[in-house]
Amino acid sequence: MNRIRLTTPLTDAVAEQLQIGQQVLINGIIYTGRDAAHQRLIELIEQDQELPFELEGQVIYYVGPSPARPGRVIGSAGPTTSGRMDRYAPKLYALGIKATIGKGRRDAAVIRAIKQYKGIYLAVVGGAAALIARSIKEAGIIAFPDLGPEAIYRLVVEDFPAIVINDATGGDLYNESIKNYSMT
Amino acid sequence: MEGLQKAFKQETSLIGRDVIQQLIMNANIAHAEQVPICQDTGFAVVFVELGQDVQIVGGDFYEAINEGVKKGYTEGYLRSSIVNHPILRKNTGDNTPAVIHTKIVSGDQLRLIVAPKGGGSENMSAVKMLKPSDGVEGIKKFVVEVVRAAGPNPCPPVIVGVGIGGTFEKAAQLSKEALLRNLGEKSKYHDIARLEEELFKEINKLGIGPQGLGGITTALAVHVEIFATHIASLPVAVNINCHAARHKEAVL
Repeated sequence: MNRIRLTTPLTDAVAEQLQIGQQVLINGIIYTGRDAAHQRLIELIEQDQELPFELEGQVIYYVGPSPARPGRVIGSAGPTTSGRMDRYAPKLYALGIKATIGKGRRDAAVIRAIKQYKGIYLAVVGGAAALIARSIKEAGIIAFPDLGPEAIYRLVVEDFPAIVINDATGGDLYNESIKNYSMT
Repeated sequence: MEGLQKAFKQETSLIGRDVIQQLIMNANIAHAEQVPICQDTGFAVVFVELGQDVQIVGGDFYEAINEGVKKGYTEGYLRSSIVNHPILRKNTGDNTPAVIHTKIVSGDQLRLIVAPKGGGSENMSAVKMLKPSDGVEGIKKFVVEVVRAAGPNPCPPVIVGVGIGGTFEKAAQLSKEALLRNLGEKSKYHDIARLEEELFKEINKLGIGPQGLGGITTALAVHVEIFATHIASLPVAVNINCHAARHKEAVL
């Protein structure tokens, strides 16, 4: 399958070109964040305080990696369920985040925000965590170390494989693909 | 692993086959490099079968289990996924405490089954108190609906554990115990084995497929456990497991 190589940070123009079902390879810096880190980010935004990273054009990966063995960059690092971050995502897309990466469905508000702010939502294969970790070349905690695996990490990735689930036209790959195979 | 290989042969969706292939590759890498299959190394759920002739000395038994969990997760570089309080939510740092289910059995042996459970698939599980008049059709409808609603979230292809009967909490526990069975091993009751087969077919007609990207492999297996129940009740619990059925047992 033809894979599209992307380099972060992403622009509106790049996000607008992507369509559901396309497979991409992400290169550059991405940031991790799950439930607890999102709650803190939103609190910082509401209090108008400085954020641990500049949001414009950036990519957030919903992951809480397992600890790295000595000599390793990171442990296993597959996606967590994105739906738990739906409450926070529209605000982050509005403030410049271009892509989020996880697994599973987004709610209507997130899909609207993706369309309105020209973003994308990508999925990686849930449970392929050891395989995915191979494309992570550097990892370091940049905020909230007290959260353990929920801290925000800055990751440098090379050809990190993902698939476009929701695009800037409002498309939803899960709906389309299930339709093709449903026999009920 | 056998389950995935079988699914790979049967799956008709190209992307579904690609996903299954990635899961097989992932399992091979995890084995070769001694790293976890998934970063979510789970809540440590421990089933204890304690022989009634066994006497435990030298300390508190549950403390000993938690000490083992702490050691295993820390020394094994497994993730600490447990927070100490459901509202205050501070990570305990060593994946304790475990959830421990104890059963007293005959004999002089102590059997421990450790079944780490991931949060993503656990979150998609459900219990419902059906009416006896809902019958087997009501049970099927509910189980299929839970899997449909879960969609791509619990990392399909999934293993579906179903508990029918007992009380509210008994049904939930049966559904978890159903996940301990070897993949695809049928119920010892003929009618229940048939129900498992019917549910398996219905679920795989949903079209969810590997990772929810479409396909005929939504479930790798459906296991049903039953128990006696009240004349007024028909409790049904569905516990979903991702494609990685991780459990290990030891007999002391």
